[in-house]
Amino acid sequence: MPETLERSEVAARFAPGDRVRVLKAAPLGHVRTPWYIRGHEGVVERLCGAFPNPEELAYARTGEPRQPLYRVRFLQNQIWPEYAGREDDVIEIEIFQHWLEPL
Amino acid sequence: MDNDSTEAGRSYHDMGGLPAGRVVPEEHDYAAWERRVDAMMMLLTGTSGGKRRMSVDELRKNIESIAPETYDRMDYYERWVTSLTQTMLQRGHITTDELTRKMAEVASRKQDAGNA
Repeated sequence: MPETLERSEVAARFAPGDRVRVLKAAPLGHVRTPWYIRGHEGVVERLCGAFPNPEELAYARTGEPRQPLYRVRFLQNQIWPEYAGREDDVIEIEIFQHWLEPL
Repeated sequence: MDNDSTEAGRSYHDMGGLPAGRVVPEEHDYAAWERRVDAMMMLLTGTSGGKRRMSVDELRKNIESIAPETYDRMDYYERWVTSLTQTMLQRGHITTDELTRKMAEVASRKQDAGNA
């Protein structure tokens, strides 16, 4: 890893309250987006900040430019067909911007 | 998801939502070798200062590349030491030949100690 790192970040596309869909993709490489959430729709709860991209860091690259990371809220009963809990139960997952598309 | 040959399927480690038994939490003390593996990771990632020789993402990537049957058999720090070693090979800090020789040396030392 280089000693001096050129720091840069991708601009945030989403704001809290925005509806998004997680990409339904299965690329090779080091992917952090859980399999079970791919293709599902949720709502942006917050922008957590911008962080070096783990898909790049895993291959000894810098991870720059940093990718915005969001906490996205999903309804449990939309993720798990057999979900027996309350209708308004949610699951929140942190997902990088390049894995989200606007709805 | 389509089974396109250009796409990867679900990785073995990515098991969220798959049927599984109950999670039984248990406390245990760490063995000396486990503490050493943990310390080695801190040193190699530069967490406690010093040069950064790898990232935690490389640790994860190489843990997730362990063959499923081996992954299941190994405990937590066995996966870590396997992954640290793989990362050092990939980064060119050690070679397979050096590793093989060293492991043989350690094994014979252990045998000598056993015979003593």
